[in-house]
Amino acid sequence: MTILGIDFPPITHLTRWPDIFFKDTPYAINKTVLIYFAAVAITLVFFFAAARRRALVPSGTQNVAESSVEFVRESIILQTIGPEGMGYLPFLTTMFFFIFIVNIFEILPFIQFPGNARIAVPLLLAILVWFIFNIVGIKRQGFFGYMKSSLIPPGVPKAILPLMVLIEFVSTFFVRPFSLAIRLFANMLAGHLILVTFAILSSSIFGAAALLKIGATFPFALLVALTAFEILVAGLQAFIFAILTAVYIGLAMHPEH
Amino acid sequence: MLDLVQLAAQSAGELQSGLTAVGRGIVYGGAAIGPGIGIGIVVGNAITAMARQPEAAGTVRTTMFLGIAFTEALALFGFVLSFIISG
Repeated sequence: MTILGIDFPPITHLTRWPDIFFKDTPYAINKTVLIYFAAVAITLVFFFAAARRRALVPSGTQNVAESSVEFVRESIILQTIGPEGMGYLPFLTTMFFFIFIVNIFEILPFIQFPGNARIAVPLLLAILVWFIFNIVGIKRQGFFGYMKSSLIPPGVPKAILPLMVLIEFVSTFFVRPFSLAIRLFANMLAGHLILVTFAILSSSIFGAAALLKIGATFPFALLVALTAFEILVAGLQAFIFAILTAVYIGLAMHPEH
Repeated sequence: MLDLVQLAAQSAGELQSGLTAVGRGIVYGGAAIGPGIGIGIVVGNAITAMARQPEAAGTVRTTMFLGIAFTEALALFGFVLSFIISG
């Protein structure tokens, strides 16, 4: 579509990539899938490389890995689940890193697409989290105990109890995984769209007549600033996904009384 | 007035795509109002708490991000919904 004489591509053009390998099969691989493969490989290689030559005084890769594990332990697990949640440290660290690396592809030159701007993998991760916190809750409190603690908020008058149970049921078992997936997906899609908008704006103003070229400075400056902002968003969304997972597991482990 | 109606009947497709665009704008704009106010309240109170008790800043910051995440979800639902709306 054309707005103010500038051609904006339709949204499908920005997020739907043509297949590269295995065309026209259900296993077709496009840029998004390649980004996910790269993120899995980077996460694996990074932690294996960090753990292979362990030194007493850490340096290089080991240093980064140790401080990130420490970060997940101190500011995600201890703040939400408590010391008994240490068993989830590997899971949460891996998930944090995987999501962060997929997100950071948004600002890497020549790739510039956050894999999470397609909803498939955020949804898969959210469903995985849904199964984990439900299984933990049922294991810890028994099926009826878990249902009671997650559906009946303490101190509610009897008269509005049926309504509260319905609301809590929807919010715990439907809105939680859905909002977890949507939050990651929509944040990355919005970031991608806004970067594309300012990139198109700067390039088309720069392509205009000679004197107007100066006008491209402003959208370009904003583009640079927004790119820096997107680095923050990429980290923050990975952090929020991991901490919400920890909060849900923590709520399933020890219910509020 | 009659001219306008005739014009609208002639270019029904254009009218529909225009109204779709307006609807998308209204959906996202409306969805952003509440969370905008909400995030302001969350962050404002978090800053107050940090200023009063700087030693609790770490806990407050974590809880603040949680609060932002829950509040922001509503605006993002609107964002996604605005793409789902099609003419």
